Amino acid sequence: MAHDDDHNGVSRRHALECMIWAGTGVLWTVSGGIPQSAGLLGSAQAADASAKGFTFLQISDSHIGFSKPANPHADDTLKEAIDHVKALKNKPSFMLHTGDITHLSKPEEFDLADKLIGSAGVDVRYVPGEHDVVDEGTGKAYMERYGKKVQAKGAGWYSFDQNGVHFIGLNNVTNLKAGGLGNLGHDQLEWLEDDVKGLADSTPVVVFAHIPLWTVYPQWGWGTEDSAVALGYLKRFGSVTVLNGHIHQLMQKVEGNVTFHTARSTAFPQPAPGTAPSPGPMLVPAEKLRSVLGIRQVEFKQSGSPLAVTDTALADA
Amino acid sequence: MPVKNATAVIGLAIAAAFGASLACAGPAGAEEVVVKIENFTFNPPEVTVKAGTTIKWENDDDIPHSVVEEATKFRSKPLDTGESFEMSFKDAGTVTYFCGLHPHMKGKITVTP
Repeated sequence: MAHDDDHNGVSRRHALECMIWAGTGVLWTVSGGIPQSAGLLGSAQAADASAKGFTFLQISDSHIGFSKPANPHADDTLKEAIDHVKALKNKPSFMLHTGDITHLSKPEEFDLADKLIGSAGVDVRYVPGEHDVVDEGTGKAYMERYGKKVQAKGAGWYSFDQNGVHFIGLNNVTNLKAGGLGNLGHDQLEWLEDDVKGLADSTPVVVFAHIPLWTVYPQWGWGTEDSAVALGYLKRFGSVTVLNGHIHQLMQKVEGNVTFHTARSTAFPQPAPGTAPSPGPMLVPAEKLRSVLGIRQVEFKQSGSPLAVTDTALADA
Repeated sequence: MPVKNATAVIGLAIAAAFGASLACAGPAGAEEVVVKIENFTFNPPEVTVKAGTTIKWENDDDIPHSVVEEATKFRSKPLDTGESFEMSFKDAGTVTYFCGLHPHMKGKITVTP
């Protein structure tokens, strides 16, 4: 699958040229403060790009604790994903986890997830999914474990800078309103507006949150109520990359200077929007599971070139 | 059953906080109505019951759901597959609720005297 990226109003210095979806992980390379090119995981191209800048990964929706037919061993597939990370010749600077670390926010689920993910030896920055905040304290356990470490505000939002790239982690899964979608809320939006105030327009921005920050399919709740307000604060930036999880499948969209991407789960797939009576774990034959969780490469080429998206099955990786 | 205990605790807490408008498990022989949670919907989404009826929500999905009153007057724990949550409704009125994990899922209970 590939589609054209006709947008060429902004210098491609500010655009991601290339990124990799490696099964459950995405390898990004950022050079000289600008998201640039990466190659296939472990490839010479990626190694070369890293020498100029840095790389990071995205994993998502590990759902530790899930054991239903769609994947009775969600811990095994997370381990496989982490094994891929460990095998990388080109060590990423850090890894983003875009939520649903656990299935039911149980301490033992968090413990196992930490053990498996921690074995990669890579610094991990998290945002919560709705499954991570169903403890009695509605997110207290998450904040204790992951929020404090990054000095997260409110229910878990924060930002950090890496080699000139500004990363913003948002929480759109707590205090959800009846009938609504994902929600950022007033306090978080105020914080965001303030957070980006001092940044130059040329600063590359990466936003990561669990539920998609664009409306993928509202009938299934796949969108964020007030994401337009957040994106409004980011409008002036030349390069904004939005990384989400939640829908357990790869999707992308380009809107102005903003590129949206959803990641695969490490646990189980979900149906494409509208192709089933409801969202939820999608059962595929066991031998096909790893092909569903397969590898995707997305390559951003130079301005004017088409945006190339290449899928490779994890089983073939 | 942990679920029942939780229900009782929530029921008592609610009863204390809201002038006993909602009570825990109803008297023996009181009516029980089951609302299935399936395919990301409360089924039936709207029920009309007599005061004193216990509603039992049963999750048949392979994903957890919860039952949260619109103004969070009550909130179930996350219900994994096969788990259930019960609450009795003592006073006439309307109760609207949703799933705390998937808020597009909504339901309504009309309690008649």
